[in-house]
Amino acid sequence: MNRLWTELKVLLLITLSLNALHANGETVIHEEKSLYRNIEVKETETRRCLVFAVKRGDRNQTCINLSRPERVVFPYVRMTFAGLLLNPEPASILIVGLGGGTIPTVLSEILPKTTIHVVEIDEAVVRVAKKYFAFEETDRMKVFVQDARVYIKRALLRKQHYDLVILDAFTGDYIPEHLMTQEFLEEVRGLLLDDGVLVANTFSTSKLYGHESATYSIVFGEFFNFKMPITGNRVIVTQVGADSVLPETKLLQDRANRLSGPFTRYAVNIDDFPRYMRRVKDWDTNVRPLTDQFSPANLLRGD
Amino acid sequence: MFKSINPIVFTLAFTSGFIIMAIELLGGRILAPYFGSSIYVWGSIISIFMLSLAVGYLLGGRISLHRPNLFRYGLFFVIAAITLLPTVMFGEQLMDNVFLHIEDPRYGSLVASVGLFFLPIAVLGMIAPYSVRLLVENSHHSGQVAGILYFVSTLGSALGTLLTSFYLVLWFEVNSILLTMVAVLTLSGVSAIVYNLQMRKRQALTQAVAR
Repeated sequence: MNRLWTELKVLLLITLSLNALHANGETVIHEEKSLYRNIEVKETETRRCLVFAVKRGDRNQTCINLSRPERVVFPYVRMTFAGLLLNPEPASILIVGLGGGTIPTVLSEILPKTTIHVVEIDEAVVRVAKKYFAFEETDRMKVFVQDARVYIKRALLRKQHYDLVILDAFTGDYIPEHLMTQEFLEEVRGLLLDDGVLVANTFSTSKLYGHESATYSIVFGEFFNFKMPITGNRVIVTQVGADSVLPETKLLQDRANRLSGPFTRYAVNIDDFPRYMRRVKDWDTNVRPLTDQFSPANLLRGD
Repeated sequence: MFKSINPIVFTLAFTSGFIIMAIELLGGRILAPYFGSSIYVWGSIISIFMLSLAVGYLLGGRISLHRPNLFRYGLFFVIAAITLLPTVMFGEQLMDNVFLHIEDPRYGSLVASVGLFFLPIAVLGMIAPYSVRLLVENSHHSGQVAGILYFVSTLGSALGTLLTSFYLVLWFEVNSILLTMVAVLTLSGVSAIVYNLQMRKRQALTQAVAR
């Protein structure tokens, strides 16, 4: 009996340490099953990452550099700040999808007078962002735990508006299909004031690329198809308004040069952005746009 | 002509099983733009489907007591088709209204599910017990008949779930799929009714000859 107990203890210790210590010295410092996903916070000596864990290849949602936490680690996150090149001083911003809260935190520091609303479906993500990624709610920055489609429909009823909307709701493993349709984007467009800016982090591979591009085209017309060599992501940046003409590269570059100072400490090379913000339609323009009636985004992604 | 009506009843029971689950899966799609696609939306849909089927079973069993025949059986399919039409045509108006009046998406999706699905699914639920009554010839083998019937209609449900989620939503619009189901239900019902009328005519003829 005693020996069995010892063996059990040894086994337990091995299991615990295996769990805690991954191959490259990663420690799991937090683990929870939320209503929507398995959430892990992993740490190495230099980095702390929010991970939406799946069996086949974990996805890092947000990472922070532990010695320089203000630095933005992921290129695609940096790219979402390109919205400021179309409107450098938005009075109000809506962000769909919180993750570790990097985007709202940086924006609230760069734009101290701006009101920022974040919609996040998963309460656990909000908790983790606050506890492990120094995300803070303030008078100017509020999080709404809600489905984004529902939030936006309600916001339209309240006649609420924003100067900048950033869509970043996709985890990479599962796409909320009702947040990628023409009707949804029309609702988002309805929230934007004149000259309002939309930024969307999207997929750049698989059949979905064409379908998604076609959907954004229908609702917003021409957009900047923003890709950078260091990352596989594509960020859509566009502006609504009476003239609906996108600004010229020169204007973007002027604004980028002005913003590059404040963005330096966040490691966001915003002055590099304008030359990668192209208007080339490099997708098959004959594909069907996604609608509430036809939205097999996850199936298209597999193809 | 078949020796008995059993092949028709089995085919139609399979069809209704297929269609019930296809509608249930599309329900998630229909509700998502208004209430999201969270677990509670699925909770609403599944609860209302179960409730509707339960009511349907009770009613179908009750109606089967009185002169069961294929004509009435066919009528259930036609009525199911008719009650499914408003879901396609006025579903959005209904959800707009529910969205305006109910703030909580849990209860919003629950109420919308009742409005969208209760009637057609309850009518489709009547088909199961009525099928048993049409198939059973004596109480001795009633259990076996019910077993085979559940087997066939649940197989239909499995196939309806799989085909809809894997392929139909990839190829067609939600409303096109629903309208096809309306057409299939109508066709199934009308076939049963026509078969029944011909059977009656033949019986009348045989009786006349016998006299």
